[in-house]
Amino acid sequence: MSTTQPIELSGAAPPSAADESVSRRAFLSVSAAAGGGMLLSLSIPRLADASVPLGLTDQPHQGSSAEINAYVRIAADNTVTIMSKVPEIGQGIKTSLPMIIAEELDADWDNVRIEQAPVDAKVYGAQFAGGSFSTPLNWEPLRRAGAAARAMLVSAAAQTWHVPESDCSTFLGKVTSKAGKSLTYGQLAARAAKLAPPDLKTVSLKDPKDYTIIGKSIGGIDNPKVVTGQPLFGIDVSMEGMRYAVFQKCPVFGGKVVSANVDEVKALPGILNVFVINPEGPTGLPDGMAMGLQSGVAIVGSSWWQANKALDSLKVVWDEGPVASQSSADFAARAQELSTQAPHKVLRSDGDVKGAMSGAAKIVEAAYSYPFVYHCNLEPQNSTAVFKDGKLEIWSPTQNPAAGKTLVAKTVGIPDDAVTVHMTRCGGGFGRRLGSDFMAEAAMIAKLQGEPVKLLWNRNQDLQHEFYRPGGFHFFKAGLDAQGQLIAFSDHYVGYENNGRASNSADLSAGEFPAKYVKNLELATSTMQLGVPTGPMRAPGSNAHAFVFQSFLDEVAHAAGKDPLQHLIDLYAEERAAPPPAPQPGKGPPAGARGGGGGFPMGPPFKAERAQGVLKMVGEKSGWGKRQLPKGTGMGVAFYYSHLGYFAEVVQVTVAPTDGNVKVDKVWIVGDVGSTIINPSGAINQCQGAALDGISQALGQKITIDRGRVAQTFPQYPLLRMNQAAPVEVHFRSTPNSPTGFGEPALPPVIPALCNAIFAATGKRVRHLPIDTSMLKST
Amino acid sequence: MSYTINVNGTPHTVDVDGDTPLLWVLRDTLDMKGSKFGCGMGLCGACTVHINGMATRSCITPISAVGQAQVTTIEGIGQSDTGKKVQEAWLKLDVPQCGYCQAGQIMAATALLNTHHKPTDQDIDNAMTGNLCRCATYTRIRAAIKQAAGLPTTDSREV
Repeated sequence: MSTTQPIELSGAAPPSAADESVSRRAFLSVSAAAGGGMLLSLSIPRLADASVPLGLTDQPHQGSSAEINAYVRIAADNTVTIMSKVPEIGQGIKTSLPMIIAEELDADWDNVRIEQAPVDAKVYGAQFAGGSFSTPLNWEPLRRAGAAARAMLVSAAAQTWHVPESDCSTFLGKVTSKAGKSLTYGQLAARAAKLAPPDLKTVSLKDPKDYTIIGKSIGGIDNPKVVTGQPLFGIDVSMEGMRYAVFQKCPVFGGKVVSANVDEVKALPGILNVFVINPEGPTGLPDGMAMGLQSGVAIVGSSWWQANKALDSLKVVWDEGPVASQSSADFAARAQELSTQAPHKVLRSDGDVKGAMSGAAKIVEAAYSYPFVYHCNLEPQNSTAVFKDGKLEIWSPTQNPAAGKTLVAKTVGIPDDAVTVHMTRCGGGFGRRLGSDFMAEAAMIAKLQGEPVKLLWNRNQDLQHEFYRPGGFHFFKAGLDAQGQLIAFSDHYVGYENNGRASNSADLSAGEFPAKYVKNLELATSTMQLGVPTGPMRAPGSNAHAFVFQSFLDEVAHAAGKDPLQHLIDLYAEERAAPPPAPQPGKGPPAGARGGGGGFPMGPPFKAERAQGVLKMVGEKSGWGKRQLPKGTGMGVAFYYSHLGYFAEVVQVTVAPTDGNVKVDKVWIVGDVGSTIINPSGAINQCQGAALDGISQALGQKITIDRGRVAQTFPQYPLLRMNQAAPVEVHFRSTPNSPTGFGEPALPPVIPALCNAIFAATGKRVRHLPIDTSMLKST
Repeated sequence: MSYTINVNGTPHTVDVDGDTPLLWVLRDTLDMKGSKFGCGMGLCGACTVHINGMATRSCITPISAVGQAQVTTIEGIGQSDTGKKVQEAWLKLDVPQCGYCQAGQIMAATALLNTHHKPTDQDIDNAMTGNLCRCATYTRIRAAIKQAAGLPTTDSREV
């Protein structure tokens, strides 16, 4: 199944072998598989700094003892079974990671089967979907796993034929000798399984020019099941004797049940049990987002429809608790107040900002803000759990099964190893399912019920209780000299904290661009105490900071009388020598890993040349500055570096003068994720989806906190639809760097590119999201 | 109460409350998991089925209103020529990301092609705007509908 989608891989640099940053220490073991095949198990010590998913800060550091593993199984019938170790959330990883193994193995893709690996840290090491980590973490180890298996099959063939290995070659699942003899992998597997595995350090890898699977567009491995409606997702899990549950929490975050009309609800048709759950003390893991079981009322029924309908009759007296005093309007007013005061914390102070501002020929000042945003996985949160004989088994659409396992064990009071987690396909992830609160709820309800239980949240519960993308407020000032050069820059970012720590995904990196590129620069923060749970959302931090920084830099370009694209290209030309922020002991990756030019724990340092490269190319592809646009139409550009990916994007927009309606005409994306696009079809799909996802956020998405609760319900939460979905043209610039991930980095720049296009079209600057179209009307 | 409904050409008798939405009868009583629960309000389209060929939100259609109508779900849509072509186009263009909405998209697209053999971009907008795709695979959904209709897959709205 290949795509007809055009794909262009361009750029001067030829593909090369991966960079040397990945550890080559590795161990390989091999054993005969049941049924006469070969089972290859690879374990490589995990990279010490790559052990924690982005957004999950403050988890205990697990050191380098855990391991990355991969499994290849070759059966006598030539079937090659490859285990996919990380959760599939729509990012296409269940297809692309096995492609890497299959390529080096020289497997016949038609004979490849892919299985979702069980959750087992001892065997598979880190298993999570977050931070666009999966490709950079697994590219090197999985190529070596595939190559090692291939080498053993070649040895087995050479021994069979009594010829040197150098006389043997592989292609499409067969070994062929110079003399023309040929054996299939299935025929060789049993013999190969008896051989000693080769040294992974020295096993030879293919020349990328010989790739036949990597770089080819291959359709998602589960697509045939998707299009015929076969069960795949967490919500589709079904088992004998299963009951259905809903769980109602207090509308105010952190509120508790005082009393409920339990007996009345229990008497309703189809209702089996009603449980008031009031956990004592903290129930989460020691992490801002790993919230555990909250107080609430569980209704268990013989059908989900009946359980959910019973919510209409449920009456609860809540103790709303302290968060009931918090509202978005108050936060906005308080942020304004804080902006006039000295910041709580200076993240970075370079040169003499005050002096440079006072000597500047021109000052630009602007205040920006963005709201809380809801992930809105289309598959609502759910899990199916069975608690029996002190053991718990749970099926969950989770991005983070290991953390879920620990949380579930803690919730029901059993050891970690008494919990078995099965990861199902996720109906959307976007970071929401890095939190495991729904797993904890299902586990506890299953324990109380003593029967298999499927917990499913209804849509409004899903919208009103989650880990929101945190809102924020930025107060910028820039100083330009007489030639329009940016000589001073400052941002006072007013965000949120929970008890002295930045709220999850609300931090700002000290390396945020233009840090290191402007001589006199200050980045500072102040925070407001928040009781609303927040967490990572697709390109956490970056999805908000790209909007404010890249929009304000566009303001600076216009103030300087410069072309915004050329202005960005020029800005990235002057890197000052400064080390990236160091990883903090016991913490996750440095915040700079999320963007803004900071370091990344497993990849090469930020290179300004790569930023300039994609900017120049997006200018060419979009016809920047060369096309005559009608009145009311404009183009905007932005660049952002996050998750090791370099993305420059141009948006063309037309704004209706009568009502300010914003119509996106087209988006152009140029991305640089290194030397190789593993699966072009999947890569383009991710880029197009990310761009439209960002536009969707900018056009309408907003969660308002009113007296500690979410003011919106689903009908008030507009998501982008077909009639608003603009064409998105995607290009990749190939550079000689190890390939990195696609789940996130295409999103952040589209929002400022859109807002900058609106300015070009109307002369009106969007400084607050979502976009208020009423201010865009012609006056 | 007992109801007999006709799903993909087969009669099924179920004993449920009359206000039970067709979606939950399909999913939990008949164990046909293809039709998806997204919002329960008829706003996202993940639950789309055909009732006498019309794209219908099964999450807000009570079982008592189904009567003798022919219900077609994603599990049965491949039995029709149009449905099969749509499924094949979805595979050929590798449309899905997470895949959760795609059953509903395929049902809406098939209903469109049954009435508009050569849909315009405007026809596609009109027919498909009720179906959310949170992964925003709209570009490929549009192209796949055209592919299934035997039209060039280029987007006529391109600037």
